[in-house]
Amino acid sequence: MEIKFKLNGVETCVDVNPSMRLLDVIRDICHLTGTKEGCGEGECGACTVLVNDEPYNSCLTPIININNKEVITIEGFRETKAYRVIADAFAEMGGSQCGFCTPGMILASYAVLKKNPHPTEEEIRIALSGNLCRCTGYQAIVNAVLLASEKGIKL
Amino acid sequence: MLPKYNTSVKKVDNEEKMSGMAIFTGDIRMDDALFAIPVRSTISYGKILKINVPGLPKGYYFVSAKDIVKENVCNIIASDWPVFADKETHYKGETIGLIVGPDKKIAIDLATMVHAEYEEYEPVYEMKNSYVHKEFNKGNPGLFKNATKVFSESFETGYQEQIYLEPQGMLMWLEDKKIVIKASMQCPFYIKNAVVRTLGCKPEKVRVIQPAVGGAFGGKEHYPSLMAAQLATAIVKIKKPIKMIFDRKEDITFTTKRHPSKTEISAYMDKNDNIIGVKIHVGIDGGAYVGCSMVVLARALIACTNTYTFDNVAVTGDAYCTNKVPSAAFRGFGSPQSIYAMEMFINHLADFLHVKPLELRNKYLVKTGDITSTNGIFRDKIILKELMDKAMEMSDYKRKLEEYSKPGSYRGIGMSTFLHGCGFTGSGESTIINAQLRIKKDKNGIVTFYTSQVDFGQGNKTTLKRIVVDTLGIPEDHVIYDAPDTDETLSTGPTAASRTIIIVGGLAAKAAQHLKEIWKDGEEQEIVEPYVGPSYIKWDDDTMQGDAYPGYAWGVNIVEVSVDPITYEVTIEHCWSTYDVGHAIDERILIGQADGGLAQALGWAYLEKEVMENGVFKQKTLSDYVIPTMVDLPQMETAIIDNPFPYGAFGAKGAGELTFAGGAPAFCLAVEQAINRKIHKIPATPEYIMELIENGD
Repeated sequence: MEIKFKLNGVETCVDVNPSMRLLDVIRDICHLTGTKEGCGEGECGACTVLVNDEPYNSCLTPIININNKEVITIEGFRETKAYRVIADAFAEMGGSQCGFCTPGMILASYAVLKKNPHPTEEEIRIALSGNLCRCTGYQAIVNAVLLASEKGIKL
Repeated sequence: MLPKYNTSVKKVDNEEKMSGMAIFTGDIRMDDALFAIPVRSTISYGKILKINVPGLPKGYYFVSAKDIVKENVCNIIASDWPVFADKETHYKGETIGLIVGPDKKIAIDLATMVHAEYEEYEPVYEMKNSYVHKEFNKGNPGLFKNATKVFSESFETGYQEQIYLEPQGMLMWLEDKKIVIKASMQCPFYIKNAVVRTLGCKPEKVRVIQPAVGGAFGGKEHYPSLMAAQLATAIVKIKKPIKMIFDRKEDITFTTKRHPSKTEISAYMDKNDNIIGVKIHVGIDGGAYVGCSMVVLARALIACTNTYTFDNVAVTGDAYCTNKVPSAAFRGFGSPQSIYAMEMFINHLADFLHVKPLELRNKYLVKTGDITSTNGIFRDKIILKELMDKAMEMSDYKRKLEEYSKPGSYRGIGMSTFLHGCGFTGSGESTIINAQLRIKKDKNGIVTFYTSQVDFGQGNKTTLKRIVVDTLGIPEDHVIYDAPDTDETLSTGPTAASRTIIIVGGLAAKAAQHLKEIWKDGEEQEIVEPYVGPSYIKWDDDTMQGDAYPGYAWGVNIVEVSVDPITYEVTIEHCWSTYDVGHAIDERILIGQADGGLAQALGWAYLEKEVMENGVFKQKTLSDYVIPTMVDLPQMETAIIDNPFPYGAFGAKGAGELTFAGGAPAFCLAVEQAINRKIHKIPATPEYIMELIENGD
C-alpha cells in the first residue's frame, strides 16, 4: 500500500505493508538512524519522533496512521533553532552520556517546552517520564530542560 | 538554582550523540549482511541427544558445536562456558546453535523449527552447590569464643538487569583476509582474544573496532565475547558478513546479570560491648558457568567490612552453581552486595547494643594506616569523617533523624558510607593486564594517542584526552584520540573495574609527560609507555592476603523517603551525596556518574524485581522489569571533596562503580525509620514492606 507523508519537510511516499512500524520505515527504508529502538514496546521513548509536532513512539505507530501527516526525526529537528538551544542546554548540564536515549529525549523535551515554555521541575519530570535514561539519573536532563526554558526555545 | 561546572570542558562526543549522527552497531548499513538468530535450549539441565534441523532453504545455515574450528570454549576468565552447548546444556536459553540467513523473519521461523532431544537431569536453582570457595582471616578469630554477646543477621539481594538503552549487538565481516568486528562492547581485546581462542588463529587475523556504544554497566564486558565466538564460527563456515542484534526481550531473558546474594554476618562483643570481631559469609548465585564469578566473589569478600576496621575478621565466601543464566559483571562487581549487608548490619547492631548508629559507626570507621580485611594497609589520606559531616550538613540529617523518629511520621532518612577499590584486584594490573599505551607526534606537532578504553557514556573520551592535552600544554585540536581499533592500539586493558581514569589516565599522563620531555619540533616521535604499578602493592590471590587495590575511592549517600501508610509505596524525597575520588578531572562528568550510579542503585533497592521460576525469568520486557523513570527519582545534590591521589592522573581515582555502592543501604535505612521495621532483603517492594508491617518485624 502506498503511504504519503512529509518526512523532515520532504514529500515522501513508501509502498509497504500498512501495519509496518513507522520506526522501521524511518530506519530501514529511509535510512535515517538517529531514531533508536530501545525496547520495541513503547516503554523507553528512544524511538520518539514528532508527528504533526506531537511526540510519538514510532515503534508503536503503524505507518498507515501517518498517511498525509508530517514527521520530524532528529535529522530534521537538528536543523532548527530550537534544537540548538536544547542541545546546548544538554551539553551545558551534562544531559547526554551514552547518547542512545538522547535524540528521543531532545525531541520529547522540545514537545514539553512547546506546550509549556516555563515548566517547573516536577512538570518536566512528569512530561518526560516516558523517556528512559539509564546513565544520568535524570537530574542533568531536568536541569537541561530548565536551562533551555530559561533561554527560550524561540519557536 | 542550576549548577555551574567550573572544571568542565565540552564533551567531545556531545554533538554527534545529540544530533543522531553517532553510529551505533545497529545503525551500520551493510545490506548484504546475513542475520544470525540463536537457537536456545529449552531445558535447564540435561544431555543433548540429538539436534533435529529442518530442511533449510538455499542461503540459510545452521551453525553449532559441530562447526567449532579449534576450541569450544568462550574465553571468559574461568573458560568453562562453551561457545555452543554440545553434549550437555546447563541452563534454559543456552545457545545450541545459530540459524543464519538473509531474511530475518525467515531465520527466526527456522530457528523455532530446530528441535533438540534431551535426556533431562534434575536442575538445581538454589544456592547449595559451591563451585568457588574462598576464605581468609584477619587477626585472631579464635578470640570470638570469649564473646559475651553475639549478634547475627543475614541479608539478601536480588538479580539486577543492566538495561543499557542499546541492547547487545554485533556485526562481523571479512576484509583483507581478516575478521573485522564492530559491536556494542566494553572490552575490544576481550572480544579479539575470544575469537582467536575459539578459531585458533593468529591475533593479527582479528580486528575489533568500536562504534558508538549505548551504555554497558558491566553487561557488555563478557557477553559480547560469547557472541563473537559464535559469529566467528559461523563466518568461517559461511564467509559472508553476519549481524546479530538482540531485541530487548532476548537481551533481558538471556544475557548476564548482577549476582543475587545472601550475606550472613555475626558480630562478637566483649563484656563492655566492644566488638571483638566479625564473621562474614557471602554467597553469590553464579548461574550455570563460573565465567567471572570467582573475581566477583573476591571483590564482594574484600569489601565485606566496608568502611569499618575490626581487629579480628573471619571471611568465607562461595559462588554457587545453579542451572540458570550465568551472572557476571555489573557496576560494583559483587561489592555492592556485601556493602549493603554490612551497612544494614552495623545499624541493626547499634540498636541491639542500645547505642546510636552514628556513634557505633564512628567508633569503628576506617582511618589512614588501618589494616584492611585482607591485611593490607589503607595508606592514603582518608577523609571519610569530612565526607559524612558535609553530607549531614547538606541534608540537615541530624534534625530530620530526630524528627522522623516520632511514631507515625512515615518519613525516614538513611545514611550510608562506602568505599570502592579502584583497578584490578591485587597486582592484576602489573601481572595480568600489563597495559601499554602508544602515543605519537607528527612533524606538525599533532599528537595521537591510543587506548582500548570504550566510552559507553562515562565520558572518558573527553577526560582521557583532557589529561593528555593538559599534560602537554598544547591546544585541544592538536591532540587526536579516537575510539579503539585493535589494529591501531595496544591493549590498555578492559573498560572495567573503575580502572580507566586511575590506571589508564595515569598511564596517559605519564606517556604525555615523557613525550613532552623528548619533544623535538618538526620530527615524528613515538613512545610506548608500559604500566608500572606502585611498588608497595603485594597480593597473593590464593590466600587473599595483601593490598587488594592500588587505591580506594570513598563516598556517603543520604536518602530521604516518605512511605504511603495505605499503599506502602515509597517516595524518594531527596538524595545527597559526597565523594572523595581524589581529584575530579571534569566535575560535570563526575556528577553524571554520581547521579547515574545512585539512580541505578535505588532501582536495585526498591523497583527492579527479577524473579526466576523454573530456570526462566518471569520479567522479560521493560513493561514488567521496571527501572526508575524521571518521576521515580528525586532531586540529587552532590559535593566533591578534593583529596588528590598520588598515583592517579592529576590526583584522580576511580568513580564509576563507587557511586553505585551506597544507594541501597541508605534507601533501606530511611524506609526502616519510616516504617519502624528492619529490612533484610532488596528489592524492598511495597509487598515486602506490607509483609514487614503486618508481621511485626
